[in-house]
Amino acid sequence: MQYIHDHFNYWIVIVLMMTGFYMVIAHKNMIKKIVGLNIFQVSVFVFYISMGKIEGGTAPILADGIDVYSNPLPHVLILTAIVVGVATTALGLALTVRINDSFGSIEEDVIEAAENAEDDKTSALRAGNRK
Amino acid sequence: MAITAFGLVYLSSLFAVAMLSGIFSLSAASLYLVMDAVDVAFTEAAVGAGISTVLMLGTLALTTRREKTSKDNKALPLVIVSATGALLIYATLDMPPYGDPAAPINHHVAVRYIEKSGIEVGPPNIVTSVLASYRGYDTLGEVTVIFTAAIGVMALMGRSRKPRRKQKKDRA
Repeated sequence: MQYIHDHFNYWIVIVLMMTGFYMVIAHKNMIKKIVGLNIFQVSVFVFYISMGKIEGGTAPILADGIDVYSNPLPHVLILTAIVVGVATTALGLALTVRINDSFGSIEEDVIEAAENAEDDKTSALRAGNRK
Repeated sequence: MAITAFGLVYLSSLFAVAMLSGIFSLSAASLYLVMDAVDVAFTEAAVGAGISTVLMLGTLALTTRREKTSKDNKALPLVIVSATGALLIYATLDMPPYGDPAAPINHHVAVRYIEKSGIEVGPPNIVTSVLASYRGYDTLGEVTVIFTAAIGVMALMGRSRKPRRKQKKDRA
């Protein structure tokens, strides 16, 4: 029982991480893929923060009469990572908007079909020019 | 929180997905609070639940609201994901227990930060000291990344608007 309590945080992280992973590889919609990436990210954040937690510790803010603090280092790293994560999400969403402007869709299979059709057209044109 | 995540997988209305991912971020923030990471909880609540949701809604307004339901075979991704998950769980079996002060992560520089940062840097919040002083270069790098992302977004969005205006002019 103690063993389960000690490792439960890792298992939650893995469940979340695999949910995000599944969303990225199984869904064709680009916005859903980005949301999946976000879930994956958050799972890594929770992993770091849960490793830095110390039993009986408090938040790492210096105060009189407190001796045990949780580890501040993972907090700093994750603070940076959250902000960077939002920056990459913004970039991904901007790309999605741009793709929607060009192809009229954010579904991967539709875009692929449109691209193939375009390729066929250009190669047919080229063949026609050679003649 | 895991339930919210599962909900995200099955919903096909993208509007609901955006809202639910906001809720997901908020529950993540409260989880950080429980694990003593107050600064991280602040940032997650403001940036993850706030700005991300706004960005996502903006994208939905510019694209589409519904996901096309595909009848593809979902078995292969599910197998891959379960196999990876099982391997990862196997890897956690000899990880240090939750909240253990003797875990290797709590030994290198962290002890020094807690003991000396009040004298060496000043602010009572250790996270601030580490962020601005001990790991200042890291934060500079973070700013660079955000700047690059902002340039990228502006380049993408700016260019996507111009051709349309030209077409309108041509028609007129």
